Amino acid sequence: MIAELGQFALALALAVSLALGILPMTGAAMGGATGARLMAVARPAAMTLAALAILAFGLLTALFVGNDFSVGLVASHSNLSLPLHYRIAATWGSHEGSMLLWVLILSCWTGAVAVFSTSLPLVLRARILSTMGLVAAGFLMFLLFTSNPFDRLVPPPSDGRDLNPLLQDAGMVFHPPLLYMGYVGLSVAFAFSVAGLIGGRFDAAWARWARPWTTVAWCFLTLGIALGSFWAYYELGWGGWWFWDPVENASFMPWLIATALVHSLSVTEKRGTFRSWTVLLAIIGFSLSLLGTFLVRSGVLTSVHAFATDPARGVFILAFLAFVVGGSLLLFAWRAPAIGNGPGFAAVSRESLLLANNVLLSVAMAAVLLGTLYPLVLDTLGLGKISVGPPYFDAVFYPLMAPALFLMGIGPLARWKKAELPELVARLRWAFAVSVIAALLLPLATDGFRPMTSLGLMFALWIAACVVVAVRDMLRGADGRLSLRRIGVHPASAWGMHFAHLGVAVFVAGVTLVTSYESGRELRMEVGQRIEIGGYDIRFVGLAPITGPNYDGTRGVFEIRRAGAGDAAPIAMLSPEKRVYRASGMPMTEAAIDRSLLRDVYLSMGEPIGERAWVVRAHVKPFVNWIWLGCVLMAIGGFVAAADRRYRRRALERAARALPGGQPA
Amino acid sequence: MRAMRFVLPVAVFAVIAWFLMRGLDRDPREIPSPLIGKPAPMFSLPVTHDLSRAWTPEAMRGQVWLLNVWGSWCSACQVEHPVFNDLAKSGELPIVGLAWKDMPDNSIAWLRKLGNPYMVVVSDIKGGVAIDYGVYGAPETFLIDQHGVIRFKQVGPVTRDVLQNKVLPMVRQLRGS
Amino acid sequence: MRTPLAIISLAAALLGASLPWPAGAADAPAAASAPATAAPASPGATAATGPTDTGILGSPEQRARYHRLAEELRCLVCQNQTLADSNAELAADLRHQVENQILAGRSDDEIKAYLVQRYGDFVLYRPPMKSSTWLLWLGPFALLLLGGLVWWRVQRRSRAAQAADAARAAAEGSDLERARRLLGEQ
Repeated sequence: MIAELGQFALALALAVSLALGILPMTGAAMGGATGARLMAVARPAAMTLAALAILAFGLLTALFVGNDFSVGLVASHSNLSLPLHYRIAATWGSHEGSMLLWVLILSCWTGAVAVFSTSLPLVLRARILSTMGLVAAGFLMFLLFTSNPFDRLVPPPSDGRDLNPLLQDAGMVFHPPLLYMGYVGLSVAFAFSVAGLIGGRFDAAWARWARPWTTVAWCFLTLGIALGSFWAYYELGWGGWWFWDPVENASFMPWLIATALVHSLSVTEKRGTFRSWTVLLAIIGFSLSLLGTFLVRSGVLTSVHAFATDPARGVFILAFLAFVVGGSLLLFAWRAPAIGNGPGFAAVSRESLLLANNVLLSVAMAAVLLGTLYPLVLDTLGLGKISVGPPYFDAVFYPLMAPALFLMGIGPLARWKKAELPELVARLRWAFAVSVIAALLLPLATDGFRPMTSLGLMFALWIAACVVVAVRDMLRGADGRLSLRRIGVHPASAWGMHFAHLGVAVFVAGVTLVTSYESGRELRMEVGQRIEIGGYDIRFVGLAPITGPNYDGTRGVFEIRRAGAGDAAPIAMLSPEKRVYRASGMPMTEAAIDRSLLRDVYLSMGEPIGERAWVVRAHVKPFVNWIWLGCVLMAIGGFVAAADRRYRRRALERAARALPGGQPA
Repeated sequence: MRAMRFVLPVAVFAVIAWFLMRGLDRDPREIPSPLIGKPAPMFSLPVTHDLSRAWTPEAMRGQVWLLNVWGSWCSACQVEHPVFNDLAKSGELPIVGLAWKDMPDNSIAWLRKLGNPYMVVVSDIKGGVAIDYGVYGAPETFLIDQHGVIRFKQVGPVTRDVLQNKVLPMVRQLRGS
Repeated sequence: MRTPLAIISLAAALLGASLPWPAGAADAPAAASAPATAAPASPGATAATGPTDTGILGSPEQRARYHRLAEELRCLVCQNQTLADSNAELAADLRHQVENQILAGRSDDEIKAYLVQRYGDFVLYRPPMKSSTWLLWLGPFALLLLGGLVWWRVQRRSRAAQAADAARAAAEGSDLERARRLLGEQ
């Protein structure tokens, strides 16, 4: 019953999304009274769509919680002994379920746009909602025709096959929702661009409206990628945090473009230029999100991430991709020449620096895309099979990003339209000197000169120093003294920007330091044995069998001390585990990590050798947590910026009422 | 001409989409062998049924033959085994078995249970010969011609379809020339 | 200005003090090296036959070379891991091969060539530089040049627009004067 109800809800949602996709768009083209009536369909349709999606998703969750094994998806991804919180998470732990999650989030964002867009002209609003409706319709068709989550399994088994043990983990539970919030959020900017291209108007109001939505999407995407990396680090057991795997790249490319888009939107809002850039970036950003969906689910590329692949699904998504992306890019080719350019800017100005930023991020994205798709290209052309892995991406990506990191320091300090280079140099020369000197001194102080380390540190310190200069100037009053009361003088978007840039500096520092100074061994250890790594003394003190709700395994117990501490009390006890999940028979490594802001001590168990010995992987990773801390700071900065009063209508109205005369702004 | 640059994005997308479409037909996990058209690597391995004896591919000079890499631990090998049993009965093509990372006792027991289509079985316990042949998973089968050159490699089980439509026609061609 | 300078230098010094100084090769003696296997489980499953670093390599330089190589080679079974990280039996065998070849004095290129001869270019995570990969290796650089060109052209067009704006402003007077005129004419 519940499953059929869920399927019915999806079918109804498809009908509503088609209505949403077609009617308001037609109404906007028609004009007149009929047109207005058709356009008025948009808001209720969007909210109905959201309600139906919530219903369908809720029903699927109920099926999982109730362990209804007559539904095929539940039978393949759940189990009687699966704990409740993972049963809920199993709802999106499969291809079909995660697609339903996509649809849910897309529908809810569409509903949110419908609710919060009443200040936009009706025609623009109708077109935006129609575009989002069409995208939702495509996904719903994909769900219903190729990936129905509510399919029944006859006869129903008595117990399920269990959720993939890799997904039985808090990090994996939140990673898809965060990522999809980001991907779907980019669809708002996409819809905006398409609507704008159709209507031909791209004023500052258009950009101001799109900005907070895009910034929030960017924040979620940042957090989703960071969480995926964080999870891989502690779950996969080899201590790495980024592998340039095709599916990792599939999420990173939209992020690069979203970053460029967020910056480009600021220019379009403040100065009215970069309109074609912004539109194109918005289209490309969402296109890359869709491309990522395709790559993960079609089997075209091997990846640790790939869902159960099915070429029929691949064909559908590709057709959808061709329609949405191809269609919007054709629209761009046709209508963009009429967008126009807007006021000009000088060679040294914030615009020109942000233009360089746009270019660098786009080139970086293109390079990652090239590397990701190249094996496929060669294979298709019959030129053999190659692998493109971290050595390539590292060699190509870092040099491309380096100039962008340098500009990140200067950009926020440069004036719009025309900045004075001598003034910039004067303000920043100390920051530059400090970052270069400290970057050179630091490696020398430890174990000798390392050019790459110094370079990375220099960028991190440069960005941080520029933020310090900018913040100091922002807090300096007319009397020349710093005052915290001046925080309120500057808009939230400025504070958010500096905070996010500081996050980047922390991230770069983390990556540089951990890559330069990490140490690790993988070796055979017997109980009672001790090794020394990275300045720490690790002693293997015990082995014990363990039993969990749906797994069995072995736990190793290790004492961690500072090197040379002899037999003093250990500073930490670590208990990595090797588990075998009963239902699937799948083995899993649970690493044990002693975390701190300054370093991680990381232990994982490999394989047993006999009764008392195991293969153990031990790492010491300095500053590795700065990587994810930096991402969190970036996201916080983004949220702060998006919360700027200028974007909130009620805040605007309140401010307007406070003016003498009480006239709306 | 100025409008040209606006067409660039959709043109680039069209090229990408074409490659993606073609990619749907291909298996990204399959690794083509660089040894096709090259001489089969020489080796000397103990015969599984009589470990004191050694066997080399030199013994097959002048014949077209199949080298099948398998193991008693390999479940997919059971899938293709009936095909080889039938092939051995027809006598059309000699098959040599290479027991990969398999203890001889286990190999012999497995063959006793499922039938032995091989004219000889050799044991590659350490796996070095398999590496020389670029083996990365069992089963894998090589078609080697009269001059000792590898002509074809099948990754995965040899199905009747593959045998009839790929292997045997090639065999006939090699013998004919 | 001196205060921020002092703070940053202090932070840098603190950072330096807190870094773990690289330990010497003071490992507790590992047990005997060569992994003795009983009947091996199916290659491709998770059973490893022993530690990745079997201990037969003596010097830190050799171990460093081994790790660098193993990180650049692709596991053919679990195709999304490096040879160093994979638990597959074939990966363990190949790692052992690499160690043996390092001991035998082969160069990195020779070892890579050994594997490419058997498995093709697929086994290298760093794509080789050949005619079919020129586009791959030179592409990003070409894209950067293209990007620079785009930046330059947009710049020029924009400066031209700015110059036109300035010219018009000079002809019509400043915005304030224009406003006065318009209002006066009203």
